Amino acid sequence: MIETVQQFILALLANELVVAVILSVLPLVFVIIYTLVVLYTEMKVAAHIQDRVAYMMTGWHGILQPIADMIKLLLKEDIIPEKADRILFRVAPYVTFAGSYAAFAVLPFTSIYIGANIHLGAFFLIASGSIVVVGILMAGWSSNNKWSLLGGLRSAAQMVSYEIPTALALVIVAMITGSLNLQEITKFQDGGIHNWLIFGGPFPLKTKLLLLPFTLITFIILFVASIAEVNRTPFDLPEAESELVQGFFTEYSGLRFAMFYLSEYANLFVVSALSVSLFLGGWSSPFGSVLSGPVWGIFWFVSKAYVLVLLQIWVRWTLPRLRVDQLMYVSWKVLTPWLFVCLLAVGAILVSVE
Amino acid sequence: MTTEELLTILQGTFTDAIVGSKLSALQPWIQIAPNRTKEIGIFLRDEPSLQFNYLSCLSGVDYGNGMFGVVYHVNSTVLKHSIVLKVLIPRDNPHVQSVSAVWRTADWHEREAYDMFGIIFDEHPDLRRILLPDDWDGYPLRKDYQVQEFYHGIKVPY
Amino acid sequence: MKKVIQQSVTLPTDYTVTPGSITTSTGKTLRTEEMIINMGPQHPSTHGVLRLELVVDGEIIVDCIPHIGYLHRCFEKHCEHMTNYQQVIPYADRMDYCSAITNEWGYVLAVEKMLGIQVPERVEYIRVIMAELQRIASHLIAVGTYGIDAGAFTPFLYCFIDREKILDLFEITCGARLLYNYIWIGGVSHDLPPQFIDQAKEFCAYFRPRIKMLNELLTYNEIFVKRTANVGILPKDVALNYAVSGPQLRASGVNWDLRRDDPYSVYHKFAWEPQIGKGEVGTVGDCWNRHMVRMREMEQSLNIIEQALASLPPGDVHAAIPKRIRPEKDVEVYVRTETPRGELGFYVISDGSTSPFRVKARGPAFVNLSVLPEIVRGAMLADLVLIAGSIDIVLGEVDR
Repeated sequence: MIETVQQFILALLANELVVAVILSVLPLVFVIIYTLVVLYTEMKVAAHIQDRVAYMMTGWHGILQPIADMIKLLLKEDIIPEKADRILFRVAPYVTFAGSYAAFAVLPFTSIYIGANIHLGAFFLIASGSIVVVGILMAGWSSNNKWSLLGGLRSAAQMVSYEIPTALALVIVAMITGSLNLQEITKFQDGGIHNWLIFGGPFPLKTKLLLLPFTLITFIILFVASIAEVNRTPFDLPEAESELVQGFFTEYSGLRFAMFYLSEYANLFVVSALSVSLFLGGWSSPFGSVLSGPVWGIFWFVSKAYVLVLLQIWVRWTLPRLRVDQLMYVSWKVLTPWLFVCLLAVGAILVSVE
Repeated sequence: MTTEELLTILQGTFTDAIVGSKLSALQPWIQIAPNRTKEIGIFLRDEPSLQFNYLSCLSGVDYGNGMFGVVYHVNSTVLKHSIVLKVLIPRDNPHVQSVSAVWRTADWHEREAYDMFGIIFDEHPDLRRILLPDDWDGYPLRKDYQVQEFYHGIKVPY
Repeated sequence: MKKVIQQSVTLPTDYTVTPGSITTSTGKTLRTEEMIINMGPQHPSTHGVLRLELVVDGEIIVDCIPHIGYLHRCFEKHCEHMTNYQQVIPYADRMDYCSAITNEWGYVLAVEKMLGIQVPERVEYIRVIMAELQRIASHLIAVGTYGIDAGAFTPFLYCFIDREKILDLFEITCGARLLYNYIWIGGVSHDLPPQFIDQAKEFCAYFRPRIKMLNELLTYNEIFVKRTANVGILPKDVALNYAVSGPQLRASGVNWDLRRDDPYSVYHKFAWEPQIGKGEVGTVGDCWNRHMVRMREMEQSLNIIEQALASLPPGDVHAAIPKRIRPEKDVEVYVRTETPRGELGFYVISDGSTSPFRVKARGPAFVNLSVLPEIVRGAMLADLVLIAGSIDIVLGEVDR
């Protein structure tokens, strides 16, 4: 019985190792194409917000520009500062990218495809996000530049503190769905827009209405925390251009710089995909069984994540940046307490319903 | 308050420190002694009927005849009157008392005058070059200034 | 290099930021050390080539020592070496390149005062219109780059779209867009072209709602207010002691505008008000108020422009001036004007020849910058960027 892509490829090639290699390369292809698309979108959306046209010369409406940028970055000279810690400096971009790439293993792209169907999927995702911090700290420290160091430290502080709201939101979802496997969580919400957790989940109407405000708040908080997790405005302090030049990757150039870029955009997708899987029904169609199926699943999953990415771009080009202490304030004194309230409320509702 | 009235007041308070004046000029000025500037400054600033709380400009001048000058344009934002004070000092011993303790704005102005003319402001908290590099030779706004040939191996006159 | 960390002597501001010390459970005291970092001269938010030597304790600034002079070209020496008085005007343009017209005007007023020239009324009106347009353009740069300092990129481009329209007005008048050489001794270089008045009126009508929009987008933005209110407070007495001028002084609550208090040209004929910081949000004298004063000044400038356009007298745009400008010997004047950045003073001495004997320019940005170390102590690194941005320095003028 062939149920998943893995089994299909396994049946085709009959070699576990080859399957593993193919499956680990597949998301990479996706990440690169996706990054190009988002780069293009970001520039065009930003230009639209700012009343200008962005690039128009390379290809139709500048559609080839991200590719040109990519090529340019690959061809650039790779500069390592003389006083840098060479090993750490070289390794840091790959650690960062590995961290954000690892998360793709547990993202359920569609009902029949998930890289690794492990039971602690969401937990693994959070954990792999922490590896990014290690990479950023390595980059900040090894550059031997005080601005980079400040950027790295800020980033570490920020990502560690914003993991707490993310994890708490995850706990709330786990309480409702009874699982940490993102595939299971998605399946739990299958069957139409009214079943999504953001709208209270697939419960009888009374329970649903009781849960609705809390899940909605949790989703908003998760979204805010996810912007902070990927270091974008208004939480882009680690690379705050006006303050820290380019933060932790000030000294990087060429391919290594591109790796940071790639990991940033990969991360952007990961956090959006997490929000989508947890609250917006993942790959499930908003119209119940209409337009559903494995292929439509990919479409829904990617486009839902894309909408969230668009939202993040919109926020980015509208708002100023917070200061470092205000950032901490938001995380510890606003988001976390609210999540505790939601946690208690959801727990109480679930217990009382049973 | 006109310069004439101010001159009378100043002469009444600091008889020996008021060296001269030119009331017929387009903008009349009063010349004071270089070692009394701070004292006069404090008086001008704190006297309730004068309240010269705003030092607009402090300029160094090389008169080219062996004399340097320091010109203070002071005015009051409360009483809206102004005064021009002048100090003349010999070029071979250009020492003036700093007024940066009276008006903190004089700090940078005096550093600039030092940078450009080599006028030394006694009691200045931090007298070093401000616009030019610390190891620059000479004082560019002196009338007899000759530019140095090389600066760190870079040819200066072009 | 000699490192002199200044202690303020007579000022009321004192901060008690000392490097922290931590006592461990075993009773040992660990002392954290200060870090010296160098901000600039190639740093994105020093608005040019300002270099700040910062002593920081983590992200908190213990001391800040500005080093200037990277753009120094000795404007004053250039002036002495000109062959005539007019040649200085383009150099004056290049001092504060964001508001060139107001610079030339300051210098030209000084020379006119030396010569006792009375310019025709039309010239005065044109100069006022141009200077106020320039003030708006300059404030737009200040506000826009301030947005960038705060991390908001979009307002910057909005500001530049509007500034472009002002530059178009300059372009149809004198052909130049940045450095105009427009105001001449005894007049202006070109009369206003026929379409100017309509186009300028159109701009005024267009720009008023834009100010509102900018206020909504940036000034009253929650995050922006959080970032700027109560940051970098410059008390009134410190501001006066440092002879800070322009919007920065007015934001500290001092009602002092040279256009009104040391009147020149025809400003007294128009109805307008100097804008002072009111402290609606935060404290009087903080970054937000400095920003807000600029926003409100743009509206006042629009008022002046509209009135001047409505009552523009006809006539010639050149006064009768001697062919060779040669003031009498030993005439000296100090003329100050209100540029977008504050009091720009020109102290000109003549020796009876055709070129000035000494020109001293008192740049507002130079003096305004000198107060920076006083107000950043105890602030955070991110605040420093905003404080420096709120001073609105143009390094061309600081270094001259």
